Amino acid sequence: MFWDQEAETMGRGGLEQLQLRRLKATVRRVYERVPFYRQKFAEAGLQPRHITSLADARRLPLTTSADLREQYPRGLVAVDATELARLHTSSGTTGKPKGLFFSRKDVDRAAELMARCLVMAGLGPGGILQNMMTYGMFTGALVMHYGAEKVGLLVIPSGPGNSEKQLLLMQDFGTTAIHTTPSYALYFADYLEKKGIDPRRELSLRQGFIGAEPYSEETRRKIEQGLGIDVYNSYGLSEMNGPGVAFECAEKHGLHIWEDFFLVEIVDPRTGEPLPDGERGELVLTTLCREAMPILRYRTRDITSILPQPCPCGRTHRRLNRITGRTDDMLIVRGSNIYPQQIERVLMDIPAVGRNYVILLEGLDELTVTVELAGAGFGGQVEKLVRLQTEITDKLRAEIMVKPKVELVAAGTLPVSEGKARRVIDKRSL
Amino acid sequence: MSEVKLVAIFAENKTGQLAAITQALAQAGVNIRWVAIASSEAFGVVKVLVNEPDPACEVLRAKGFMFSLLEVLAIAVEDQPGGLDAVVKTLARNKINLRNASGFVAHGRAVLLIEVESAAKARRILAKKQLHILTQEEVMEF
Repeated sequence: MFWDQEAETMGRGGLEQLQLRRLKATVRRVYERVPFYRQKFAEAGLQPRHITSLADARRLPLTTSADLREQYPRGLVAVDATELARLHTSSGTTGKPKGLFFSRKDVDRAAELMARCLVMAGLGPGGILQNMMTYGMFTGALVMHYGAEKVGLLVIPSGPGNSEKQLLLMQDFGTTAIHTTPSYALYFADYLEKKGIDPRRELSLRQGFIGAEPYSEETRRKIEQGLGIDVYNSYGLSEMNGPGVAFECAEKHGLHIWEDFFLVEIVDPRTGEPLPDGERGELVLTTLCREAMPILRYRTRDITSILPQPCPCGRTHRRLNRITGRTDDMLIVRGSNIYPQQIERVLMDIPAVGRNYVILLEGLDELTVTVELAGAGFGGQVEKLVRLQTEITDKLRAEIMVKPKVELVAAGTLPVSEGKARRVIDKRSL
Repeated sequence: MSEVKLVAIFAENKTGQLAAITQALAQAGVNIRWVAIASSEAFGVVKVLVNEPDPACEVLRAKGFMFSLLEVLAIAVEDQPGGLDAVVKTLARNKINLRNASGFVAHGRAVLLIEVESAAKARRILAKKQLHILTQEEVMEF
């Protein structure tokens, strides 16, 4: 099923021609209207006419998250104030937020991409989507909301949290799909288990769009088992519209990124140099159709690679591999580079491990991983728990090359955040 | 005749954890006949023998504790020299490993509680030796 079959299955040659045409227009637009980019071009001795092929994109300046903060509130706006239709912000953990503007057309295009993603996962009229993301300044809920309405779904704007209310809505209105974060999906699965509710028999859920935090294949399986749904990995970032940038098709093998809207590059995170397809590096995106706030070569800080092979689903837009981490998530512990997703992958593959965990760093590089037990896995013997503790320690050590201290706690005792999960606590006094 | 079940509850080694368990059981009107705690560094397992396992499980579930029910063999032995020895020898001869064992004496009679890998096999063997294996109801009458 396609939302826009012509665009989604366009031949590579045509798609690249379209990209080049749109890239040139975007470059001209920011050069003429955005002082920040005009100055960057001047520093690089670059003129819009120098961009004559897609390969020339690498000559364009990179834009960083710090640039977006410095240009807050309106520095990157490329349209008149009267053409602005919506403002979102993306808050960092520190400092100023990023102001993200949409024109009326931008709002519609973001919804259009979202619609492609939803139909790609098999949703259509008659579907009922419970949108459990935070409504407000965050793009996550609203962009999904508009896309879902476009597709013809009934949208329940439940927002996050309050599991009791979420469950009631699902029961009363027959929700068929949910949109949430992996941490809340796991928490909710736990909640159902505690309530003794079998979602397969008592709820109508079929699909879950799970994103906004990176997660592993093992976590996907836990969510699918816990909620009785198909989980579709969903990627987006507020700087690039929010959700709908790249989603999975029914193959569930890589996320199609909409290349008629985004120019995709993978670069070496240390040097910023482009890497060939298949190699892992930082995802860099250029908006090709944005009016209000075009962004050139945005460093997403997300680590992934491009799957160059054609997809059996027929879509010609290339796929991204699952995001394996963020460049700014990387922890350096006793000289080893560790991504929290490595730890997650190990934990979620052990059946006796539950759905939540916390990584704590303190003192001089002491790493403690606190793990919730799976409710069903507790055998009532302390020896079994000690064996499990040893197993987790050994497996983690093999994966991350650092021996962590592993602590076991009862299911449901670690704090759960309703927005993005905070799984890493770094209190090191280094 | 019902088998004797222990309720084994997971607890972190933190102040107040045991109190939270005993308080929950007390509020549910559950009488603890016997208790044992096995602990590792940061966590442990509290095992209790209670007069009524069902309401105990109900209150523990409601309060969010993790627990399991473990089958245990409760054997009545003479409160005199050689009482325990007879049981242990029988098990050893039949290559049955004891996971845990403990006991209590009440009203001049002794009860031995043992956890083994294969409860059914141990039950058969001990019964043949004329040892009396108590039911849940009998244990409570002690």
